[in-house]
Amino acid sequence: MLDNLSINKRAAILSIVMLVVGLLIWEAAIPAQKAVGELTEYERLTGGGAQKAGVPPPSQVIAKAWEELSNPFYDAGPNDKGIGIQIGYSIYRVLTGYFLAALVAIPLGFLIGMSQIAYKAFNPFIQVLRPISPLAWMPLALFIIQDSEASAIFVIFVCSIWPMLLNTAFGVAGVRKDWVNVARTHELGPLKTAFTVILPAAAPTIVTGMRISIGIAWLVIVAAEMLVGGTGIGYYVWNEWNNLDLTSVIFSILMIGVVGMLLDSAFGVLQRAVAYAE
Amino acid sequence: MPKPFLSIERMTQRYPDGQGGTMTVFENASFGIEKGEFVCILGHSGCGKSTIMNILAGLAEPTSGVVKMDGFEVSGPSLDRGVVFQNYSLLPWLSALKNVTFGIKARYPDWSADKVEAHARDYLAKVGLEGDVVYRKPSQLSGGMRQRVSIARAFANQPKLLLLDEPFGALDALTRGTIQEELLKVWAGTDQTVFMITHDIDEAILLADRILLMTNGPFARVAESVEITIPRPRTRTQIVEHPNYYAIRNHLVQFLGQRSKELAGKQSGDDDQRPETVRIDKTALVDEEPSAPPPLRAVND
Repeated sequence: MLDNLSINKRAAILSIVMLVVGLLIWEAAIPAQKAVGELTEYERLTGGGAQKAGVPPPSQVIAKAWEELSNPFYDAGPNDKGIGIQIGYSIYRVLTGYFLAALVAIPLGFLIGMSQIAYKAFNPFIQVLRPISPLAWMPLALFIIQDSEASAIFVIFVCSIWPMLLNTAFGVAGVRKDWVNVARTHELGPLKTAFTVILPAAAPTIVTGMRISIGIAWLVIVAAEMLVGGTGIGYYVWNEWNNLDLTSVIFSILMIGVVGMLLDSAFGVLQRAVAYAE
Repeated sequence: MPKPFLSIERMTQRYPDGQGGTMTVFENASFGIEKGEFVCILGHSGCGKSTIMNILAGLAEPTSGVVKMDGFEVSGPSLDRGVVFQNYSLLPWLSALKNVTFGIKARYPDWSADKVEAHARDYLAKVGLEGDVVYRKPSQLSGGMRQRVSIARAFANQPKLLLLDEPFGALDALTRGTIQEELLKVWAGTDQTVFMITHDIDEAILLADRILLMTNGPFARVAESVEITIPRPRTRTQIVEHPNYYAIRNHLVQFLGQRSKELAGKQSGDDDQRPETVRIDKTALVDEEPSAPPPLRAVND
């Protein structure tokens, strides 16, 4: 029966089976809390009847998800906002920092890719700055900028600039000489060459860099928001940990994954749009 | 003597040889091309054909010497000199049509979009590309079709000089044959001056008014200029019947096989290295025996 289905369908069935089996194992692995009546006197005396904090079973997480997702945008004070609002803040920070980084990285990458001298001059700085964990900038950013919101955006800026910069430079430097010669024999000026020949030729590499950057930015925002606090999905995770509400923690972890996947697939679409075959 | 349309005067190209010295590819090369002429250049690899081509295109600078076109010195690339590269050099993210309009828009920036497209379609049709095929990307076209697009792009710009750098080198023999004839058809309707590099003797005889023969490098030079005394229009099947065909062909084979080596490596001193004109015409019989120094070594009949 399964043989008649396409590979995609068979894979989907397998995925669902894995999900269900995983959830069942998880559910079964959580020891049930005994009812008060079943406890021995000794257990009652040692506090066995009190609610124990434990990893919640998936059923509870699903119930929590349903509750949160059915009203994602409520705002009941600083420590009680809907998941939609928290994610919205995170996405806003990620996109702001990310686009500022793109504004710097792509033109600079063009310059570095076009000019040997610029490449050699910038390279030592790039090599030293690139391996620095973006969070290491946080204290300095907080001190200089004096604003936690802007500091978080700055951290995103710093972490997403490198893949875009390097990929742009790499893509621009790797544009086939023939295509540049086509531009030259057609007397295109430098700007026209950049936009009509080099940009489309390097676009697949540049977009790959952008895709890597958005992934890193989304990884970093969670950590950054845990530090700066206030709003955002990272803060939400930490806040729920302080509340010892593990159901919410697990739910928000899943939401981080889903949003990250959506961001990545948006760039996947962009990547397909600029791809070309030689 | 009036200056030809395109004249190459005392052109020298030297490269560092990697051991502190210099390597002279060619020295004091001088030759000219008349307006409307189709000239092929034949020679072994390494004799500097591609270097000459790049200099004419303005993509490279000679060590010394000048190239004059229409009385003006050539420097840098220009729309007046169109180039068809060996590897087609189509922009892979553009469709065939857009590749051609890309060139036309650069050449005629004030044309309307409709006019540009009509002009592009016109030239694509001349090389046999019509219908939906023009919307395909180069990766979806065969090698022959890609080179057709490239030829259409170059002709559509109506440059004063068209440079073809071994345009059919990467094609199989059958495709090459049909595209050669298409090239002839497109060219026949114009007074386009064409300068073409090739490795293929038959191709050169079919296409050219004149073939320049280069000796081997280093110190290569354009030694002979062989007139192709076969009337146009020519087709591949008809020219082989012409009495001059094998005489010319044998002369070329002899040159490339033997004399290109014998003549190689001679430094010019300070002389202009002008090619000797060779005219082989067995139909004209005795009345005007050309001053060709080598007697015909092989005769077909």
